[in-house]
Amino acid sequence: MIPRPVTDRGERIISTRDIKFTYENGPEALRGINLDIRSGEYVALVGGNGSGKTTLAKHMNGLLRPSSGSVEVMGKPTHDRTVAELSKVVGYAFQNPDHQLFCSTVDDELAFGPRNLGSSPEDVARRVEYAIDTMDLRSIRGEPPLSLSLGDRRKVSIASVIAMDPKVLILDEPTMGLDAAQSRDLMGTVRKLNDDGHTIILITHEMKLVAEHVDRVIVMANGRTMLDADAKGAFTDLTILGLSKLVPPPVSKLAHRLAERGVSKDILSPEELVFELMRLRGGP
Amino acid sequence: MRALQMRNVCFTYEGSEKPALSGIDLDVEQGEFVTLLGRNGSGKSTICMLANGLIPHAIPGKLDGRTEVFGLSIVDHSVASLSTMVGIVFQEPESQLFCMSVEEEVAFGPENLAVPKEEIAERVEWALSLVGMKGSNSRSPATLSGGEKQRVAIAAALSMRPSMLILDEPAYALDPAGRVDMYSMLRSLKDKLGMAVLLAERDAEDAAEFSNRIVLMDQGRVLRNGPPREVLSDPDLLERIGLEPTQLGELSSLLGERLSGRSFSFLTVEEAEAAIVREVLSGKDGVRR
Repeated sequence: MIPRPVTDRGERIISTRDIKFTYENGPEALRGINLDIRSGEYVALVGGNGSGKTTLAKHMNGLLRPSSGSVEVMGKPTHDRTVAELSKVVGYAFQNPDHQLFCSTVDDELAFGPRNLGSSPEDVARRVEYAIDTMDLRSIRGEPPLSLSLGDRRKVSIASVIAMDPKVLILDEPTMGLDAAQSRDLMGTVRKLNDDGHTIILITHEMKLVAEHVDRVIVMANGRTMLDADAKGAFTDLTILGLSKLVPPPVSKLAHRLAERGVSKDILSPEELVFELMRLRGGP
Repeated sequence: MRALQMRNVCFTYEGSEKPALSGIDLDVEQGEFVTLLGRNGSGKSTICMLANGLIPHAIPGKLDGRTEVFGLSIVDHSVASLSTMVGIVFQEPESQLFCMSVEEEVAFGPENLAVPKEEIAERVEWALSLVGMKGSNSRSPATLSGGEKQRVAIAAALSMRPSMLILDEPAYALDPAGRVDMYSMLRSLKDKLGMAVLLAERDAEDAAEFSNRIVLMDQGRVLRNGPPREVLSDPDLLERIGLEPTQLGELSSLLGERLSGRSFSFLTVEEAEAAIVREVLSGKDGVRR
């Protein structure tokens, strides 16, 4: 049941129509957002602290309800659907994994959600196995989640969302606090989830992560979307990134500085830049 | 006088079997900016806590070897007496801010040392202006952004007029623009004060440009200790010990492989641009094979 064929990529899975949102006694956090997320996409929602990216994502599974405008999930409006109902379609892994871990073993943690949905014991077991396999947790499945390292706690919290078998997975700053090796490991697993047909929405401000992994980038600032483009497109306009408190990776800055010498502005990695420089020199 | 001197230091946290530090030899000279670079668990924070005496005075464990701060052994001196020499700032500013106003926060340390009132007022103004928070005296720390909180925590450390400042991943919780601000502030602090700075980081990209030295750590040991240009020029090594190589380091090494007989070690985008224009792109005649 769980890995989905690539062929159902493309249908609209989440749509927001002119949504606005104001926190109680706070500023307007979203100022009119229109977006379609399609099945199978790997999308990054990027922006500085306070840009509205987490607020927007929380609208996608009903954790927050818009002050005006509407959200549709799988073609149906969400205003009369509960978070529990929406969580079967849209799973949300929080920035701080400790906010969602509370059971005494990893296994229990993963079984908790499906059990609450009223799944049969066989179905619960199957979902737990799938989540354990996908996130590579076999060796620590009997451990208390809160005793694990941050990297492993992140994986368990994502696994507990995967056990709900959602079509869409929202990952809120999943690499925060992880070092490069843990982060590479986690992002490899997320890639696999996307290859299996899960739609991924990655909330981040790490532009190197964006350059390396995602298909589509939505840049947010001050509660608005500033840019919605493929990953390469997002790096061609450094002004927008700057306004959005994002910092392009050094190689991207360098490519812009070398643009008048003929270097393409959409370079994302050192390898690409070397290739481009060799091309400009004419020959290997 | 040498700010920090560690000789064959080993430390194992109480209740743990694995040593957190094994045979560390490390010097930080007065006025030097040294970055400890390593992945989570490599021993960076343990060194930071040793250098201000939190280890062994507040955090128990088995300690061997000798650690001296400005010539004083940390074992023989209390955290309080070391605190006039060494200021420390942790990852999460929330963990060290507790007063009702920015001013009280920054005044807290010197007040405890019974520094005269007028001098405290002077120190508060001095420290707040150094971190770019002049005029925020009466604000409540709770209303500050993450970056501002971290600046206040740094000002609170500076108001003790330490001769060495230790920062354990100070930009951890900041967004990219916040990181850039934090690092340009640290750079200007370094230039203005000439104090010794020991910084722990996982991401070398920001500190590479202005660190005098990078100490590469892995599993409680020092793997490399040298100028950033030298230490960062081996992207494979960084990757092997779980770090992200800097993009410019990687670019230098890839370009060196493609253009035989040349080697590059870029630290800044400006430097890379100039070298590429000069040696790779323009006047192709000059570089014809």
